[in-house]
Amino acid sequence: MPETTVLLDAIAIQRALTRIAHEIVERNEAGDDVVLVGIPVGGDHLAARLAKILAGIWNHPVPVGILDTTLHRDDLDQRVAPTVHPTDIPFDVTGKTVVLVDDVLFSGRTTRAAMDALNDFGRPRKIQLAVLIDRGHRELPIRADFVGKNTPTALEEKISLQLTEAGVPQDEALLLKP
Amino acid sequence: MKWTRKHLLDIESLTAEEITTVLDTARAFKAVGQRAIKKVPALRGKTVVNLFVEPSTRTRISFELAEQRLSADIINFSTEASSLKKGETLKDTVLNLQALKADFIVIRHSASGAPHFLARVLKASVINAGDGAHEHPTQALLDAFTIRERKGKIAGLNVTILGDILYSRVARSDIWALTKLGAKVTLCGPSTLVPKTFEQMGCRVTHDVDEAIRDADIINLLRIQHERQRKTMFPSIGEYTQLFGLNKARLAKTKPDALIMHPGPINRGVEIDSEIADGSRSLVLEQVTNGLAVRMAALFLLNGGKGPQGVAGN
Repeated sequence: MPETTVLLDAIAIQRALTRIAHEIVERNEAGDDVVLVGIPVGGDHLAARLAKILAGIWNHPVPVGILDTTLHRDDLDQRVAPTVHPTDIPFDVTGKTVVLVDDVLFSGRTTRAAMDALNDFGRPRKIQLAVLIDRGHRELPIRADFVGKNTPTALEEKISLQLTEAGVPQDEALLLKP
Repeated sequence: MKWTRKHLLDIESLTAEEITTVLDTARAFKAVGQRAIKKVPALRGKTVVNLFVEPSTRTRISFELAEQRLSADIINFSTEASSLKKGETLKDTVLNLQALKADFIVIRHSASGAPHFLARVLKASVINAGDGAHEHPTQALLDAFTIRERKGKIAGLNVTILGDILYSRVARSDIWALTKLGAKVTLCGPSTLVPKTFEQMGCRVTHDVDEAIRDADIINLLRIQHERQRKTMFPSIGEYTQLFGLNKARLAKTKPDALIMHPGPINRGVEIDSEIADGSRSLVLEQVTNGLAVRMAALFLLNGGKGPQGVAGN
């Protein structure tokens, strides 16, 4: 049986998102050009939540998109084909500050794939990265601009983010030890 | 559902879950086709050989475009311009292609079982693009995708396949796919082209066209395949049109929301009236659009390796 520890409970996740939102505001001032793009599964829901908090601070709606990175992964012929999620970016990213939102930052390969994928939709002026949890073990020169929680992990451990949008009773980020 | 197959040879050996995995994946690829930049790098560095030993326009172009949209390198190969004309066997032809490190072979052949043979002798992934009167799996997958998209489901629907069933690989693949997904399939056409033996595949056989289409949610028309018939199986084309062709009078007696499909090439005025082919209930061109998405999905899934399924973030 894998050993399970709670990294973040519902309140901690909410607090982390609020803090990330304020850091995004601090970095981007009026936020007229800021759009959020979430990476499924997980990042898309977090992006929607961040957009709601940001809209409250800026007093204007913040566009939210979903970007699937699967087709830009570099390990497609090594693993069983991953599930491809629909991409939905209902606005032009050219000239915008795109905040990529992901649940967990690990090797950095998903972020690289996301930056490549985003290029197919236009040329953002800036790309920033917001993650709920940074667990270390980077394999690429990538770092996050906004981090909810830094958690040192062992390679073989897994992090599972449960969000109410996916039908679970309450938000929770779990660390699973094999 | 994980896809672990190396080849796509037929629908008969697939499970309903595997078929659904292809359809779900195709949905994402259809969205890729609606972007400004329609190309993705999923098959970058892979080589696909399109080996069409039997003529094809629609399927060949669809596969080629699917491969290009996935960024694969492509070799197109047709009998007319190849050593198959000089007496080289199919086996030697494909072993040569393998020596050039082809990753995928897409094959269309007049002999049933040709793709299965290649799958046994090759290391590359083999995709059946139609083998004789046996199967045409990607056509069945795109038909199922089109039905599911338009009707929201497949289970419980009445699907009537009308025309030359005996010589049709599309009919066989469609029957396998649709019955596995829970549709009630009815076959109809001249008794010489729709023998009762097809009931063994789990569908209903009738030779009364008005009865066959009355309760249908989907009417799938098939072309009379003159090239596969050794001798004429019915008196004349005119008689076929009169007895089995889909015209306005017949269509008026179907359910108002019944939709019309046809794998192409269509023979206007033979199995289908021109007006119906161009009408609002015809899905013919949607099938072509969806075929591209389904073929991209198939190539993408077959490209997957043996390792654990990739999960974003972890």
